[in-house]
Amino acid sequence: MNRDWLWSDGCFLGVLLVSAVCMIWSARKPHHRMAFKRLFEKPVAVSAAIFLSFFLMIAVFDSIPAYHAKGSVSQSMQHTTLLDKALAPIGVMGEITYSSPLALTSYVSKTVWVHGVAEQVYPRLRYPAEHFKTQADIHVFCMHVIEKALLDSFLLVFAFSVVVWGGRRILTQEKGQSVVPSMPFFSALVTLFVCISMVLIFYDVSRELHVFGTGKIGQDIFYHAIKSVRTGLVIGLLTTVFMMPLALSFGVMSGYFGGWVDDVVQYVYTTLSSIPGVLLITASVLSIQTYLANHPHLISNLADDADARLLALCFILGLTSWTTLCRLIRAEVLKLREIDYVLAGTALGTSRFKIMTKHLLPNVMHIVLVTMVLDFSFLVLAEAVLAYIGVGVSPMTISWGNMINAARLELSREPVVWWPILAAFSFMFMLVLSSNVFADAVRDAFDPRQDG
Amino acid sequence: MMMGYFLRRIFYALPILIGINLLTFALFFMVNSPDDMARMQLGQKHITETAVTEWKIERGYNYPLFYNREAEGVNKFRDTLFFKKSLRLFVFDFGFSDAGRDIKQDISTRMWPSFAIALPSLLFGLIVNITFAMLMVFFRGTYLDLSGVIFCIMLMSISSLFYIMGGQYLFGKVLRLVPISGYDYGLESLKFIILPVMVSVISGLGGGGRWYRTLFIEEMHKDYVKTARAKGLSERRVLFRHVLKNAMLPILTGVVVIIPTLFMGSLVLESFFGIPGLGSYLIDAIYQQDFAIVRAMVFLGSVLYLVGLMLTDVSYVWLDPRVRLA
Repeated sequence: MNRDWLWSDGCFLGVLLVSAVCMIWSARKPHHRMAFKRLFEKPVAVSAAIFLSFFLMIAVFDSIPAYHAKGSVSQSMQHTTLLDKALAPIGVMGEITYSSPLALTSYVSKTVWVHGVAEQVYPRLRYPAEHFKTQADIHVFCMHVIEKALLDSFLLVFAFSVVVWGGRRILTQEKGQSVVPSMPFFSALVTLFVCISMVLIFYDVSRELHVFGTGKIGQDIFYHAIKSVRTGLVIGLLTTVFMMPLALSFGVMSGYFGGWVDDVVQYVYTTLSSIPGVLLITASVLSIQTYLANHPHLISNLADDADARLLALCFILGLTSWTTLCRLIRAEVLKLREIDYVLAGTALGTSRFKIMTKHLLPNVMHIVLVTMVLDFSFLVLAEAVLAYIGVGVSPMTISWGNMINAARLELSREPVVWWPILAAFSFMFMLVLSSNVFADAVRDAFDPRQDG
Repeated sequence: MMMGYFLRRIFYALPILIGINLLTFALFFMVNSPDDMARMQLGQKHITETAVTEWKIERGYNYPLFYNREAEGVNKFRDTLFFKKSLRLFVFDFGFSDAGRDIKQDISTRMWPSFAIALPSLLFGLIVNITFAMLMVFFRGTYLDLSGVIFCIMLMSISSLFYIMGGQYLFGKVLRLVPISGYDYGLESLKFIILPVMVSVISGLGGGGRWYRTLFIEEMHKDYVKTARAKGLSERRVLFRHVLKNAMLPILTGVVVIIPTLFMGSLVLESFFGIPGLGSYLIDAIYQQDFAIVRAMVFLGSVLYLVGLMLTDVSYVWLDPRVRLA
């Protein structure tokens, strides 16, 4: 069967949809609304959330398959997504080998014969358009793009703020409240400005040049760095989704039932958590890899193989890390089951199943949320380390880990090639930093007892 | 009394070890049969049955999983993969690697370089983290504290690979202060140890500094701090004398648990710096798909962790007179 979509796409978009529905649904409850309000009262949290949603948007665009016209042959082995369409042609426009960021010529010289004499020349790249004659042209072009992008994004944000602020003013004047724009609103505008102008600058420059240069086999580094966003987010989000059912069901059951159920669950998670994390992940990934290698009929093509390995990695990371969440939930349920409303439920003859799902489960969800955002940045960073160890995503998948792994010897090269590694690290840093900041704010807002 | 407590703890750890043993056995022998492993190792597409059987006999994988019908008496259970490959781990008989090397021999020589890197990293890391956290707490509420926290979050957001590569590039290649990688025994090893230790201290500073800051601030809310302040002690004295002393208890017990696992070394650090420790041993095994080594390391790592847990409990009893043997 020929599918145009990948399993991880479906899972990823499904998870996003379900979490959006959950968020809207939970906002009906006043105490949840309070928590969201506390969260978005912090300017830093608002900025981090906007940054994250830009990353999320890239990942979503990269998860929606694009259908190309009949008869056209896709040049890449990868599935083509909307993001590929938007970024085309840099995904398939390769050079021979290294070229530095915004360069006009290759980074590696080539010997050619000119009038019978051997000469070292730096061949011109394929991608930059004809009208770039010298490096100065590129400089002028970039300056022009930056000016235009800054102006455009300023106008956009200004229009946006006028609309929002104006709308609010009309609404609040009727109620007679203050009309001064708040700090979070201001920080949201600044962040929006930064994000939009960055997107515009990078996009516009990438239309004509290799923004971050090209790598060893002439691949566009900017394209790879952007495509890696999806891999990072898929690992960060799907892992939590895979571990949630285990952690929730075992945690709630062991806390509520106690007795032998508790003993068994405790035994299982003590055993699992006694194995050092990296070792358990390594062992599981190795056996899954062997399994996939020996059952080639399960996988029809290379893209599916890469996708299966990505999902398997998320699954394994989930299986090996549910113990912490389970322990937290069990401890919380132990406290909750002595609380009056649970006792009242028991006295009124509510079934145990109903008590667990109606009274206990909703009241431990904040722990799940906090763990989810706290784990996210850890998982994004872990992906790089696992790729280096050789138990990460498939080498076919574009990810920051694979980029770093492929480029790690380039720093010892002479002359040094620094851009592939720096691009991967900077993108990773931006994502992890904003998720760390956001995670802190979420923890403060949803788990007010922990203050640090 | 202490002895009895110790024995009881070992007794408690036994079922966990058995569980780990079963789990690794399932992962390495039941998800994929030795035949699968052989095919993976031999690599080619058209492998003959005899090649697979030979590979299995050479490495002692030519037995059934749990029960051998063909053997006699006790050997029905002894001549099985579970007995030979898994249960033997309990007496630290790791057997031979798939490439034919004595794993026990390898481990006993390679654990020391790992320890030589991990121990100084732990100690210096502890000192640096605590000092940094103490300073933040001392200036808490000021911009110094805030910028300290921001600094920590930034450090936490950088991949550990970046610290390693950056360190190697800056100190090894540009400044040429230390060799980029390698290892030597005796005093000569010092010049190879400095950079890995420094890198691991810096990469741990973000998380560690923040963690200890939270710990100290929690400690600041306790009653004895109020008493000390009410006595008229200066803030500095309260912090560095009373709070630090009391916070040392959770810090030290938290450190004890990782001391045995220091021998396991760090996978990434060791392989980047070319240190012949257990971490790089494991990485090499992963690259070569040598499952015998990975299996042995999983078991060893778990045993060391459980020993660490035991030592933690003992150190609690030893350090904190309020905790009694129960």
